[in-house]
Amino acid sequence: MSGYKTSSLEENTDGKPVSTFPRSPLLASAELPKSADGDPVFAEPWQATVFAMTVRLHEQGVFSWGEWAETLSAELYRPGRKADASDYYDCWVAALSRLVTELSIASGRELEALTRSWQRAAEATPHGKPIVIENDPLR
Amino acid sequence: MSGHHGHGHDHHHHDNHFTDMEARVKALETVLTEKGLIDPAAIDAIVETYETKVGPRNGARVVARAWSDPEFADWLKRDATAAIASLGFTGRQGEHMRAVFNTPDTHNLVVCTLCSCYPWSVLGLPPIWYKAPPYRSRAIIDPRGVLAEFGLELPAGKKIRVWDSTAELRYLVVPERPDGTEGFNEEQLADLVTRDSMIGAGVALSPEAAR
Repeated sequence: MSGYKTSSLEENTDGKPVSTFPRSPLLASAELPKSADGDPVFAEPWQATVFAMTVRLHEQGVFSWGEWAETLSAELYRPGRKADASDYYDCWVAALSRLVTELSIASGRELEALTRSWQRAAEATPHGKPIVIENDPLR
Repeated sequence: MSGHHGHGHDHHHHDNHFTDMEARVKALETVLTEKGLIDPAAIDAIVETYETKVGPRNGARVVARAWSDPEFADWLKRDATAAIASLGFTGRQGEHMRAVFNTPDTHNLVVCTLCSCYPWSVLGLPPIWYKAPPYRSRAIIDPRGVLAEFGLELPAGKKIRVWDSTAELRYLVVPERPDGTEGFNEEQLADLVTRDSMIGAGVALSPEAAR
Protein backbone atom coordinates (compact mmCIF):
# COMPACT_ATOMS: atom_id res chain seq x y z
CA MET A 1 0.00 0.00 0.00
CA SER A 2 1.34 3.41 -0.84
CA GLY A 3 2.21 6.06 1.68
CA TYR A 4 -0.87 8.17 1.62
CA LYS A 5 -4.05 7.62 3.52
CA THR A 6 -6.14 5.23 1.56
CA SER A 7 -9.60 5.30 2.96
CA SER A 8 -11.93 8.06 3.80
CA LEU A 9 -14.62 5.56 4.62
CA GLU A 10 -13.27 4.74 8.03
CA GLU A 11 -13.78 8.36 8.98
CA ASN A 12 -17.33 8.21 7.90
CA THR A 13 -18.76 4.90 9.00
CA ASP A 14 -21.36 6.68 11.07
CA GLY A 15 -21.44 9.74 8.86
CA LYS A 16 -19.34 11.66 11.32
CA PRO A 17 -15.59 11.97 11.42
CA VAL A 18 -13.91 10.35 14.38
CA SER A 19 -11.22 12.06 16.37
CA THR A 20 -8.62 10.06 18.22
CA PHE A 21 -6.42 12.98 19.10
CA PRO A 22 -6.04 13.47 22.86
CA ARG A 23 -7.30 16.78 24.13
CA SER A 24 -4.42 19.19 24.36
CA PRO A 25 -4.38 21.71 27.21
CA LEU A 26 -3.74 24.29 24.50
CA LEU A 27 -7.40 23.98 23.57
CA ALA A 28 -7.91 26.18 26.62
CA SER A 29 -5.89 28.98 25.02
CA ALA A 30 -7.53 32.38 25.44
CA GLU A 31 -10.08 33.31 22.77
CA LEU A 32 -9.35 30.20 20.67
CA PRO A 33 -12.02 30.03 17.94
CA LYS A 34 -13.96 26.78 18.42
CA SER A 35 -16.82 24.92 16.84
CA ALA A 36 -19.97 23.97 18.74
CA ASP A 37 -18.24 20.66 19.55
CA GLY A 38 -15.32 22.45 21.18
CA ASP A 39 -12.87 21.73 18.38
CA PRO A 40 -10.59 24.45 17.09
CA VAL A 41 -11.73 26.10 13.89
CA PHE A 42 -9.29 27.26 11.27
CA ALA A 43 -9.96 29.64 8.44
CA GLU A 44 -6.83 28.74 6.50
CA PRO A 45 -4.51 25.72 6.38
CA TRP A 46 -1.49 27.53 7.88
CA GLN A 47 -3.55 28.19 11.01
CA ALA A 48 -4.01 24.47 11.54
CA THR A 49 -0.28 23.93 11.02
CA VAL A 50 0.82 26.52 13.56
CA PHE A 51 -1.75 25.24 16.04
CA ALA A 52 -0.49 21.67 15.60
CA MET A 53 3.15 22.71 15.95
CA THR A 54 2.40 24.50 19.19
CA VAL A 55 0.48 21.51 20.55
CA ARG A 56 3.43 19.26 19.71
CA LEU A 57 6.05 21.53 21.29
CA HIS A 58 4.02 21.78 24.45
CA GLU A 59 3.54 17.99 24.54
CA GLN A 60 7.30 17.60 24.40
CA GLY A 61 7.85 20.03 27.25
CA VAL A 62 9.59 22.69 25.15
CA PHE A 63 7.54 25.24 27.07
CA SER A 64 4.99 25.08 29.86
CA TRP A 65 1.32 25.91 29.67
CA GLY A 66 1.97 29.02 31.76
CA GLU A 67 4.70 30.27 29.44
CA TRP A 68 2.45 29.74 26.43
CA ALA A 69 -0.61 31.36 27.98
CA GLU A 70 1.39 34.41 29.03
CA THR A 71 3.10 34.88 25.67
CA LEU A 72 -0.11 34.44 23.69
CA SER A 73 -2.01 36.80 25.89
CA ALA A 74 0.67 39.49 25.50
CA GLU A 75 0.12 39.29 21.74
CA LEU A 76 -3.67 39.21 22.02
CA TYR A 77 -3.72 42.35 24.15
CA ARG A 78 -1.35 44.28 21.96
CA PRO A 79 -2.96 47.50 20.69
CA GLY A 80 -4.13 47.56 17.11
CA ARG A 81 -5.91 44.20 17.06
CA LYS A 82 -8.67 43.83 14.48
CA ALA A 83 -12.15 44.35 15.86
CA ASP A 84 -13.45 41.13 14.27
CA ALA A 85 -10.53 39.11 15.74
CA SER A 86 -9.71 37.75 12.27
CA ASP A 87 -6.06 38.27 13.19
CA TYR A 88 -6.25 35.75 16.05
CA TYR A 89 -3.84 33.31 14.42
CA ASP A 90 -1.51 36.16 13.42
CA CYS A 91 -1.14 36.69 17.18
CA TRP A 92 -0.60 32.98 17.62
CA VAL A 93 2.25 33.02 15.07
CA ALA A 94 3.77 36.07 16.79
CA ALA A 95 3.56 34.35 20.18
CA LEU A 96 5.16 31.14 18.96
CA SER A 97 7.88 33.11 17.15
CA ARG A 98 8.57 35.00 20.36
CA LEU A 99 8.87 31.82 22.42
CA VAL A 100 11.16 30.31 19.82
CA THR A 101 13.50 33.29 20.06
CA GLU A 102 13.27 33.62 23.85
CA LEU A 103 14.13 29.95 24.24
CA SER A 104 17.09 30.53 21.88
CA ILE A 105 15.82 27.94 19.43
CA ALA A 106 16.34 30.48 16.65
CA SER A 107 17.05 34.19 16.44
CA GLY A 108 14.53 36.68 15.15
CA ARG A 109 16.86 37.39 12.23
CA GLU A 110 17.03 33.74 11.36
CA LEU A 111 13.23 33.50 11.31
CA GLU A 112 12.95 36.62 9.16
CA ALA A 113 15.51 35.31 6.69
CA LEU A 114 13.72 31.96 6.44
CA THR A 115 10.38 33.69 5.94
CA ARG A 116 11.73 35.65 2.95
CA SER A 117 13.41 32.54 1.66
CA TRP A 118 10.11 30.62 1.67
CA GLN A 119 8.40 33.46 -0.14
CA ARG A 120 11.02 33.48 -2.88
CA ALA A 121 10.86 29.69 -3.05
CA ALA A 122 7.09 29.78 -3.55
CA GLU A 123 7.35 32.34 -6.34
CA ALA A 124 10.03 30.28 -8.05
CA THR A 125 8.12 27.00 -7.92
CA PRO A 126 6.14 26.08 -11.00
CA HIS A 127 2.64 24.74 -10.72
CA GLY A 128 2.37 21.08 -9.79
CA LYS A 129 5.78 20.89 -8.14
CA PRO A 130 6.12 20.80 -4.38
CA ILE A 131 7.22 24.10 -2.87
CA VAL A 132 10.50 23.35 -1.14
CA ILE A 133 12.85 25.88 0.36
CA GLU A 134 15.66 24.72 -1.93
CA ASN A 135 13.73 26.44 -4.75
CA ASP A 136 14.71 29.82 -3.30
CA PRO A 137 17.04 31.18 -5.99
CA LEU A 138 19.05 33.10 -3.39
CA ARG A 139 19.62 30.13 -1.14
CA MET B 1 13.52 21.52 -11.25
CA SER B 2 12.82 21.47 -14.91
CA GLY B 3 15.30 24.22 -15.64
CA HIS B 4 12.80 25.97 -17.83
CA HIS B 5 11.61 29.15 -16.23
CA GLY B 6 9.72 31.84 -18.06
CA HIS B 7 11.93 34.89 -17.95
CA GLY B 8 9.69 36.94 -20.21
CA HIS B 9 9.84 40.59 -19.30
CA ASP B 10 6.12 41.22 -19.32
CA HIS B 11 5.43 37.87 -17.73
CA HIS B 12 4.07 38.60 -14.27
CA HIS B 13 2.39 35.29 -13.82
CA HIS B 14 3.35 33.33 -10.73
CA ASP B 15 2.00 29.89 -10.10
CA ASN B 16 2.64 30.07 -6.41
CA HIS B 17 2.64 32.64 -3.73
CA PHE B 18 2.92 32.52 0.04
CA THR B 19 1.27 35.18 2.14
CA ASP B 20 3.34 36.65 4.96
CA MET B 21 1.67 34.34 7.48
CA GLU B 22 2.07 31.24 5.34
CA ALA B 23 5.77 32.00 4.95
CA ARG B 24 6.21 32.71 8.67
CA VAL B 25 4.64 29.39 9.57
CA LYS B 26 6.86 27.59 7.05
CA ALA B 27 9.88 29.36 8.59
CA LEU B 28 8.93 28.17 12.08
CA GLU B 29 8.35 24.68 10.76
CA THR B 30 11.79 24.67 9.10
CA VAL B 31 13.62 25.82 12.23
CA LEU B 32 11.75 23.47 14.55
CA THR B 33 12.26 20.51 12.22
CA GLU B 34 15.98 21.26 11.83
CA LYS B 35 16.37 21.35 15.61
CA GLY B 36 14.56 18.04 15.89
CA LEU B 37 11.73 19.54 17.94
CA ILE B 38 8.94 18.60 15.58
CA ASP B 39 8.46 16.02 12.91
CA PRO B 40 6.35 17.19 9.94
CA ALA B 41 4.59 13.82 9.86
CA ALA B 42 3.47 14.26 13.47
CA ILE B 43 2.19 17.73 12.64
CA ASP B 44 0.26 16.40 9.66
CA ALA B 45 -1.26 13.74 11.90
CA ILE B 46 -2.48 16.35 14.37
CA VAL B 47 -3.87 18.50 11.55
CA GLU B 48 -5.59 15.52 10.02
CA THR B 49 -7.53 14.77 13.18
CA TYR B 50 -9.19 18.12 12.72
CA GLU B 51 -9.32 18.52 8.99
CA THR B 52 -12.58 16.69 8.42
CA LYS B 53 -14.42 18.84 10.88
CA VAL B 54 -12.92 22.24 10.31
CA GLY B 55 -12.66 24.82 7.64
CA PRO B 56 -15.45 26.10 5.51
CA ARG B 57 -17.62 23.40 4.03
CA ASN B 58 -19.12 25.87 1.65
CA GLY B 59 -18.73 23.47 -1.26
CA ALA B 60 -21.33 21.14 0.25
CA ARG B 61 -23.86 23.95 0.16
CA VAL B 62 -23.02 24.71 -3.45
CA VAL B 63 -23.60 21.08 -4.39
CA ALA B 64 -26.83 20.87 -2.38
CA ARG B 65 -28.15 23.96 -4.14
CA ALA B 66 -27.24 22.53 -7.53
CA TRP B 67 -29.10 19.31 -6.67
CA SER B 68 -32.25 21.16 -5.65
CA ASP B 69 -32.32 24.02 -8.13
CA PRO B 70 -31.89 23.17 -11.83
CA GLU B 71 -31.42 26.81 -12.74
CA PHE B 72 -28.59 27.15 -10.26
CA ALA B 73 -27.08 23.91 -11.56
CA ASP B 74 -27.16 25.32 -15.05
CA TRP B 75 -25.50 28.54 -13.91
CA LEU B 76 -22.89 26.54 -12.01
CA LYS B 77 -22.14 24.59 -15.18
CA ARG B 78 -21.75 27.75 -17.26
CA ASP B 79 -20.02 30.06 -14.79
CA ALA B 80 -19.06 28.38 -11.55
CA THR B 81 -17.10 31.37 -10.28
CA ALA B 82 -20.15 33.63 -10.39
CA ALA B 83 -22.61 30.98 -9.20
CA ILE B 84 -20.44 30.15 -6.18
CA ALA B 85 -19.83 33.82 -5.45
CA SER B 86 -23.60 34.37 -5.42
CA LEU B 87 -23.72 32.23 -2.29
CA GLY B 88 -21.15 34.47 -0.68
CA PHE B 89 -18.13 32.19 -1.08
CA THR B 90 -15.13 33.70 -2.80
CA GLY B 91 -11.57 32.55 -2.80
CA ARG B 92 -8.98 34.61 -1.06
CA GLN B 93 -7.03 35.02 -4.26
CA GLY B 94 -10.12 35.34 -6.41
CA GLU B 95 -9.38 32.09 -8.16
CA HIS B 96 -11.68 30.90 -10.90
CA MET B 97 -13.72 27.82 -10.24
CA ARG B 98 -15.11 25.31 -12.64
CA ALA B 99 -17.72 22.77 -11.60
CA VAL B 100 -17.52 19.34 -13.19
CA PHE B 101 -20.62 17.18 -12.89
CA ASN B 102 -20.57 13.46 -12.32
CA THR B 103 -23.08 11.60 -14.48
CA PRO B 104 -24.07 7.96 -14.80
CA ASP B 105 -21.42 7.72 -17.57
CA THR B 106 -18.61 9.84 -16.21
CA HIS B 107 -16.81 10.23 -12.91
CA ASN B 108 -14.62 13.27 -12.31
CA LEU B 109 -11.47 13.33 -10.22
CA VAL B 110 -9.40 16.39 -9.33
CA VAL B 111 -5.67 16.18 -8.76
CA CYS B 112 -3.12 18.55 -7.36
CA THR B 113 -2.09 20.22 -5.27
CA LEU B 114 1.44 19.97 -4.24
CA CYS B 115 1.59 23.70 -4.44
CA SER B 116 -1.14 26.03 -3.36
CA CYS B 117 -4.00 25.35 -5.75
CA TYR B 118 -6.44 23.66 -3.42
CA PRO B 119 -9.68 25.65 -3.21
CA TRP B 120 -9.90 25.50 0.59
CA SER B 121 -12.28 28.46 0.69
CA VAL B 122 -14.83 26.09 -0.81
CA LEU B 123 -13.63 22.69 0.37
CA GLY B 124 -12.02 23.33 3.73
CA LEU B 125 -8.58 21.99 4.57
CA PRO B 126 -6.97 19.61 2.09
CA PRO B 127 -6.49 16.00 3.16
CA ILE B 128 -2.87 14.95 3.63
CA TRP B 129 -2.96 12.27 0.97
CA TYR B 130 -4.12 14.84 -1.56
CA LYS B 131 -0.87 16.70 -1.15
CA ALA B 132 1.22 13.54 -1.37
CA PRO B 133 3.27 13.10 -4.56
CA PRO B 134 2.08 9.48 -5.03
CA TYR B 135 -1.54 10.60 -5.23
CA ARG B 136 -0.96 13.17 -7.91
CA SER B 137 1.19 11.05 -10.17
CA ARG B 138 -0.82 7.86 -9.74
CA ALA B 139 -4.16 9.59 -10.13
CA ILE B 140 -3.11 10.68 -13.59
CA ILE B 141 -1.68 7.32 -14.64
CA ASP B 142 -4.16 4.99 -12.95
CA PRO B 143 -7.22 6.85 -11.67
CA ARG B 144 -9.29 3.69 -11.47
CA GLY B 145 -6.71 2.00 -9.25
CA VAL B 146 -6.41 5.03 -6.98
CA LEU B 147 -10.18 5.25 -6.60
CA ALA B 148 -10.37 1.55 -5.80
CA GLU B 149 -7.94 2.18 -2.95
CA PHE B 150 -10.34 4.76 -1.64
CA GLY B 151 -12.96 2.06 -1.64
CA LEU B 152 -14.64 3.38 -4.75
CA GLU B 153 -15.10 0.63 -7.33
CA LEU B 154 -16.48 2.19 -10.49
CA PRO B 155 -18.26 0.10 -13.12
CA ALA B 156 -15.89 -0.85 -15.95
CA GLY B 157 -17.93 1.13 -18.48
CA LYS B 158 -17.80 4.37 -16.51
CA LYS B 159 -15.38 6.94 -17.87
CA ILE B 160 -13.06 8.75 -15.48
CA ARG B 161 -11.97 12.29 -16.28
CA VAL B 162 -9.02 13.64 -14.36
CA TRP B 163 -8.72 17.39 -13.89
CA ASP B 164 -5.47 19.07 -12.92
CA SER B 165 -6.03 22.28 -11.00
CA THR B 166 -3.98 25.26 -12.01
CA ALA B 167 -3.22 28.47 -10.19
CA GLU B 168 -5.97 30.18 -12.21
CA LEU B 169 -8.60 27.48 -12.34
CA ARG B 170 -9.70 25.15 -9.59
CA TYR B 171 -12.26 22.43 -9.83
CA LEU B 172 -15.24 21.39 -7.79
CA VAL B 173 -16.75 17.99 -8.48
CA VAL B 174 -20.53 17.90 -8.25
CA PRO B 175 -21.27 14.31 -7.26
CA GLU B 176 -24.44 12.54 -8.36
CA ARG B 177 -27.38 13.07 -6.07
CA PRO B 178 -27.93 9.89 -4.05
CA ASP B 179 -31.10 7.87 -4.48
CA GLY B 180 -33.75 8.12 -1.81
CA THR B 181 -33.28 11.83 -1.23
CA GLU B 182 -36.48 13.08 -2.82
CA GLY B 183 -37.99 15.70 -0.58
CA PHE B 184 -34.72 16.47 1.21
CA ASN B 185 -34.08 20.14 1.83
CA GLU B 186 -30.76 21.78 1.03
CA GLU B 187 -29.46 21.43 4.54
CA GLN B 188 -30.20 17.70 4.64
CA LEU B 189 -28.62 17.31 1.21
CA ALA B 190 -25.49 19.21 2.23
CA ASP B 191 -24.91 16.67 5.02
CA LEU B 192 -24.50 13.98 2.36
CA VAL B 193 -21.77 15.87 0.50
CA THR B 194 -18.37 14.81 1.81
CA ARG B 195 -15.17 16.62 1.06
CA ASP B 196 -13.87 13.56 -0.74
CA SER B 197 -16.92 13.50 -2.99
CA MET B 198 -16.18 17.08 -4.05
CA ILE B 199 -12.70 16.15 -5.25
CA GLY B 200 -13.97 12.94 -6.79
CA ALA B 201 -12.20 10.59 -4.39
CA GLY B 202 -15.59 9.41 -3.17
CA VAL B 203 -19.28 9.72 -3.88
CA ALA B 204 -21.96 11.46 -1.86
CA LEU B 205 -23.23 9.53 1.16
CA SER B 206 -26.49 7.65 0.94
CA PRO B 207 -29.14 8.79 3.41
CA GLU B 208 -28.59 5.54 5.33
CA ALA B 209 -24.82 6.06 5.56
CA ALA B 210 -25.26 9.63 6.78
CA ARG B 211 -27.59 8.67 9.58
